[in-house]
Amino acid sequence: MGDVRIGLEIHVQITALKTKLFCPCPADYRGKEPNSHVCPVCLGLPGVLPVINRDAVKYAAMVAIALNCKISDRLVFVRKHYFYPDMPKNYQISQYDGVGSTPFCREGFLKLTINGHEKIVRIRRINIEEDPGRITYPTGDIATSPYSLIDYNRAGIALLEIVTEPDIESPQEARAFLTKLINILEHLGVTDTSLEGSFRVDANISLGGGSRVEIKNIGSIKDVERALAYEILRQRTIIERGGIVRRETRHWDPVRKVTITLRAKEVEEDYRYFPDPDLPPVRITSEFIVSVRRSMPELPDMRIERFMKQYGLDRYHSTVLVSQKWLADFFEEAAKHYTRYKKLADILITDFLRWVNEYGIKPHELRARPIHIARLLELLDKGLISIKIAKEIMPEIVRSGSDPEKLIRTRGLLRITNRDELQQIVREVMRSNPKAVEDALRNPRAINYIVGLVMKRTRGRADPKLTIELIKNELQRYKAS
Amino acid sequence: MTKLDYVYASATELLTYFRSDPDKILDYLEAIYDRIRKVEAKVRSYITLRSREEVEREAENVVKRLKQGEDLALAGIAVAVKDNISTRGIRTTCASRMLENYVPPYDATAVKLLKESGAVIIGKTNMDEFAMGSTTETSAFFPTRNPWDLERVPGGSSGGSAAALAAGEASLALGSDTGGSVRCPAAFTATVGLKPTYGLVSRFGLIAYASSLDQIGPMARTIADVALLLSVIAVHDPKDSTSIPRNGKTDYYFKLEELMSSRPRLRIAVVKELWRGLEEDVERVLHRILDRICGEHTCDEVSIPITRYALPAYYIIAMAEASSNLARYDGLRYGLHVDVEGRSWIEVFTEVRSRGFGFEVKKRIALGAFILSAGYQEQYYIRALRVRRLLKNEFDRVFKRFDLVALPSMPIKPPRLGEAITDPIKLYTMDIDTVIANLIGSPAISVPAGLAATLPVGIQFMGPPLSEEKLLYAGALVEELRRGAALKPPI
Ligand SMILES: [Zn+2]
Repeated sequence: MGDVRIGLEIHVQITALKTKLFCPCPADYRGKEPNSHVCPVCLGLPGVLPVINRDAVKYAAMVAIALNCKISDRLVFVRKHYFYPDMPKNYQISQYDGVGSTPFCREGFLKLTINGHEKIVRIRRINIEEDPGRITYPTGDIATSPYSLIDYNRAGIALLEIVTEPDIESPQEARAFLTKLINILEHLGVTDTSLEGSFRVDANISLGGGSRVEIKNIGSIKDVERALAYEILRQRTIIERGGIVRRETRHWDPVRKVTITLRAKEVEEDYRYFPDPDLPPVRITSEFIVSVRRSMPELPDMRIERFMKQYGLDRYHSTVLVSQKWLADFFEEAAKHYTRYKKLADILITDFLRWVNEYGIKPHELRARPIHIARLLELLDKGLISIKIAKEIMPEIVRSGSDPEKLIRTRGLLRITNRDELQQIVREVMRSNPKAVEDALRNPRAINYIVGLVMKRTRGRADPKLTIELIKNELQRYKAS
Repeated sequence: MTKLDYVYASATELLTYFRSDPDKILDYLEAIYDRIRKVEAKVRSYITLRSREEVEREAENVVKRLKQGEDLALAGIAVAVKDNISTRGIRTTCASRMLENYVPPYDATAVKLLKESGAVIIGKTNMDEFAMGSTTETSAFFPTRNPWDLERVPGGSSGGSAAALAAGEASLALGSDTGGSVRCPAAFTATVGLKPTYGLVSRFGLIAYASSLDQIGPMARTIADVALLLSVIAVHDPKDSTSIPRNGKTDYYFKLEELMSSRPRLRIAVVKELWRGLEEDVERVLHRILDRICGEHTCDEVSIPITRYALPAYYIIAMAEASSNLARYDGLRYGLHVDVEGRSWIEVFTEVRSRGFGFEVKKRIALGAFILSAGYQEQYYIRALRVRRLLKNEFDRVFKRFDLVALPSMPIKPPRLGEAITDPIKLYTMDIDTVIANLIGSPAISVPAGLAATLPVGIQFMGPPLSEEKLLYAGALVEELRRGAALKPPI
């Protein structure tokens, strides 16, 4: 696998912004009436002018700092020209590394740990740019649709374009990189990647120093991994058969799980970049960068260290919790109500996470509250329920967000600790299973079978210690008689 | 006032008159409309003339506001607005088939300021298509004629605004100036046109030709009126990122009066390279006025050889920016509509742009796209920017020693219709003395200097950024010297 070189170009919307990048239109366009979040500026009407959203620069600086980039001393926007119906001006306001222009920042890196090994992926540059509108096809497919519709609500939404060097060597590394990147973006509060279309990836890949193939517009980390795996296989097959991989742009079809040719790319497209005369360069001062750095929220790597110190967790538990911001947040909230942190971390990264994944629940759809998990653990600690019951009701808590205490009471799941009550059950069980009693009298180990029968009868609610004690007492009585 | 007095009265006079009797505004507008009815068929200044009823209704409201004691800087004054400045609800065509039926949903900032000050927009004036031209002949609809000689062009690209003023069809006007488009027609029609410092007047709503050069400019028949109009529109605008930050308004009219009473001595530079290649009679008129100015003020000749590259640098930058600015016209959201049934978007875009743009516009877009293309950008665009920077440095040096530079507005008299447009070299070289101000972001004004035989000649003053007051002062000095010379065209 040593000959695979993958570079990623990630487009993330700065979803933290209230308004678009160059106009005052609201940025929460999702699910809104088409073409209702538009104004003369983002529709590119004659005579309009863009005005930079200052907060976008602040968020971009946070990402640049988190990815260890050198931020340029000037903010310069360029126009990137190409005709396309989703672009109101037929040029995109973006940034560029050229004469009289500079990317927002460059030369950064992100450190990953993959299977215990450290890996560094270099960041070539990050640009701030505007999102185009959205073209929709009534049949859902460009080929079969008799017409298409354009929704400009998305036009002008602020995007960050993050470009890596081709340092990634496998689809797994690509996944690890993107997972960490998303985690950083979420910790910074820049992007809510659970929002549809807020995160898109272009991947370029070459094998053995051959031609670069670009795969456009992949919508999820899973699909990036799949598309890259498919593409490696495709290219390897061509090479093994003595063929030559063509330089081209391909499209990932997430339904058929294949890449298909979009267009052959013999020459670089000429976008006729030049500095946007409507947006004079703005100086980015070191004071500004210092103030952004100061206002930055905690980053994942720092948070892992803090979890170890503050909650006494080991590195493994801390890393798993912090690998997803929502999970780390969930833990910290629950930790306010329940202080046996190790136990809390355990149940979260095993049973709890298992059911979240099983049901495919997105973080923002999650109904379970941290306090519910804290209460569940308290019930367990007080001996009011068994671990079996706890595991049994976990899916219900995850799915419906029910309060475990209520759940247990309404379903009669409380542990039976009342001596008289349990004694009666034990007696009944032993009376109706003379064979088992005989065995137990002969062999003390066979007592477990009777315990099992009591548990079955009580659906696990019987207090195990008390049950054993009572069975032993009963056996003494049998012996005596 | 008689009807003709109304028509040729200055805005300054009219305002004093209206303040004592607001109802006179309606009489005045009636006179303007009568005048338009009489001369418009010959001159053709307007692409869109607003209905008299609509304008009267608006004026009645202004009268009411005046009577309620509101202080309105331009109460009731009829203003003609160039048709590349967006007016809400009034069609704004850029004299192009592309925007023939385009009605903006918003007002340009300058228009908003006019309305707030009580001005009445009377119509939208003819121009070269997308402001590309110096004669108003590239208009997709019709050429405008010079009220001084109907066989001749009024200059351009703000030819409609200048002609409307000269013919008494409006009292004030807005033009736009990218390489001389306000000063050229001012010179050819014996009116005053000011290109403000880049960033002094908001470009928001001005339909872009070349964004780094474009400025909206006030036009009038007198210096004082230009000062009055500039005071209204020169306001910082947060909607324009190139707008110069500053507090409040400047009263240029008041500053002008101050200067005219203190009469400071001006140091004037005469850049010798910019006085070459003039038509003989134009040169005579200009020298006569310059000599008299230099009699009272300090004039010195200077040489700036790099000015010979100004014109090519200007056209390269303007075309490059134009090719980008005009990319948005694809007929999809507004503008020329063509049949789309069963056709790809590329076919539709191609037809819209083929049919919507005239020859001059297509030429500049094509050249501009070439200039910006990879491999040529370095050779043309980047070099032009270098020239621009050098020019700026050279003139910065000159402005350390001098208050102003005096130069011709136009090297020639207004050409006959068809004469310049068929000769691109002649057409482009007309702008030789005007493009510098745009390239270096300086303000410049064209003031009537007199007549060469029967045709107007303009003299131009250019100063360092934000020297508008001194330019108006110099203009007022010329106006003073010229007192008695006829200003009204024979029409
Ligand atoms: Zn908008």
